[in-house]
Amino acid sequence: MKLTRRLFGGAAMATALMAAGAAQAEDPMRIALVVKALGIGFFEAAAKGAEEAAQELGNVEVIYTGPTDTTAEGQIEVINALIAQQVDAIAISANDTDALVPALKKAMQRGITVISWDSGVAPEGRELHLNPSSNPLIGNMIIKLAADELPEGGKVAVLSATTTSTNQNTWIDEMNKVMDNYKGIEVVGTVYGDDLADKSYREATGLMQTYPDLDAIIAPTSVGIVAAARAVEDAGKVGQVNVTGLGLPSEMAGAIESGASKSFAIWNPIDLGYSATMLAYQLATDQAEAAPGAEIPMGRMGTLTLDENTEGAMADPFVYDASNIEDFKSIF
Amino acid sequence: MTDLSANSAPQTAPGRHIPDRLQGPGARLLASWELLLLLVAVAIFIANSLASPYFLNAWNLSDATFNFTEKAMIAFAMALLIIAGEIDLSVASIIALASTAMGAAAVAGFGMPALVLIGLVTGVLCGAFNGVLVTRLGLPSIVVTIGTMSLFRGISFIVLGDGAYRGYPADFSYFGQGYVVWVISFEFVLFALLAVAYHVLLHRSNFGRAVFAIGNNATAAQFSGIRVERVKFILFLLTGLMSGVAAICLTSRLGSTRPSIAAGMELEVVTMVVLGGVSILGGSGSIPGVVIAAFVMGLVTFGLGLLNVPGIVMSIFIGLMLIGVIALPRLWQMWRG
Repeated sequence: MKLTRRLFGGAAMATALMAAGAAQAEDPMRIALVVKALGIGFFEAAAKGAEEAAQELGNVEVIYTGPTDTTAEGQIEVINALIAQQVDAIAISANDTDALVPALKKAMQRGITVISWDSGVAPEGRELHLNPSSNPLIGNMIIKLAADELPEGGKVAVLSATTTSTNQNTWIDEMNKVMDNYKGIEVVGTVYGDDLADKSYREATGLMQTYPDLDAIIAPTSVGIVAAARAVEDAGKVGQVNVTGLGLPSEMAGAIESGASKSFAIWNPIDLGYSATMLAYQLATDQAEAAPGAEIPMGRMGTLTLDENTEGAMADPFVYDASNIEDFKSIF
Repeated sequence: MTDLSANSAPQTAPGRHIPDRLQGPGARLLASWELLLLLVAVAIFIANSLASPYFLNAWNLSDATFNFTEKAMIAFAMALLIIAGEIDLSVASIIALASTAMGAAAVAGFGMPALVLIGLVTGVLCGAFNGVLVTRLGLPSIVVTIGTMSLFRGISFIVLGDGAYRGYPADFSYFGQGYVVWVISFEFVLFALLAVAYHVLLHRSNFGRAVFAIGNNATAAQFSGIRVERVKFILFLLTGLMSGVAAICLTSRLGSTRPSIAAGMELEVVTMVVLGGVSILGGSGSIPGVVIAAFVMGLVTFGLGLLNVPGIVMSIFIGLMLIGVIALPRLWQMWRG
């Protein structure tokens, strides 16, 4: 409580500076950031972003809460407590797409703004859903990361999960669609490590043997990218073969340090919490309406454009490299 | 033991008192246990009203009852089972299986009455399975139900994987989301009716006396003419049935089924029973105690939720309460002795 008061105090000061004290006397707007479970680094980071947004908006109090286990029942108890407190908005990362719908519907009936972020709720249970990124953005990002290190062009190979992994296949398709924008980059092959560490390692080693002049391995899977980086290190090809793709900072810190990976991408939880709070504020203050095609501003993250399902993609995946890995490796 | 063999004797026999509590130095404390618990509940209620301006609101209090109604329904049957010296840890998994069965039936196009029947029957069948293993094969109930805990939920996982059943008929939502009058929900009414029913069953019937007798000394009960195995089997059926009832309410409230439904609920049910003053060793306890314990747990979690206290702090609080409850009679005995 003390901490939120202090934060609120800071927010009130910011308001005073920005709005010349006009809104000072009003109660703060209370936005609840409900996460899958407390004590998870990813969500703690999102809460940091939410508080950053609250500071920027002024007169906003962020209630960071969630159940102890990642259960829908636990989140419903949390939602009931938030409805009882008459919070202004609920921004939730859901443990269950469907089971939360009745509870969140009740919240909306009682005048509370409800949005989902990260892990979505079925459309009838929320006003909008914030995806961290989109398939085209991810597809473009993974090839861009490889191409940026190869200004003269070069050969790259893809290490995917399984042949039937929907996410990875979609991203690789999207990547192939934009290959024309990256002249001189040639994708020589795609192999599948089945999201198993040892199989991914063997497949990555095989790629380097088959294509001795390989310049980069793109692994759009958090298991594959770590295994590929280790394979490059063990083959003594650090500096020749760059490993990139999608990975977790905590697992990739070693590869960045060794140089096996120059950079990789994944969503930034801080930006996600920040954007969710901004969006909740916009809707709760009636400055924006969640309708298909709407464009809703979210502070420093630009605007969110909603599709026909009132979903939107926040941004490009965030790039992690030697300059910021230290800050993020302890977060998630 | 003459008391027990006189089970069928009229209860109005002058001067005859048939004990239904554990005798001993702690008897007086246990007799007033419900009063102590009631004081705790009142204290929590007052503390909540002072701590949060949102607490004293009819709709909010009504919402809060959903925190405990489903668990309490199972806790009533569990109380009887624990008093008789057995336990059922598979109740949450029975909910998962019953909910999955109802979901499959809903997808196949069955209507509300059929879904209710399927939920109840699944619960009873699961209870019968536990009961047969414990009473026919003579296996320890804690081992059997740890096994069926994985088994029942495992079947749900095989059927559903990472999918979900949705699309329950509209009238099915009444059980978990409907209100009888004003803020009084259907679940709360059902909870109250079941409390009365179980009170009568445990404290006012021969069956209830048999349950106490078995919990205190199963061998003696057997020799005094009580059909111990049959009583235990019925208790497992009842626990399964109540899990089926809870499955109907919870599924209706969530409007969907996933195999992870009600995960971890068995421990909250056992906590409620023990907090209600039921001896985990069997032989003593009461339904009013369990009812008050349900309110205490519901009020504590809702009150702390209103203050946005993290769930882990709530768990610590309830854990400490539970240890206090178990330790208190023992400390009382030591102090007296």
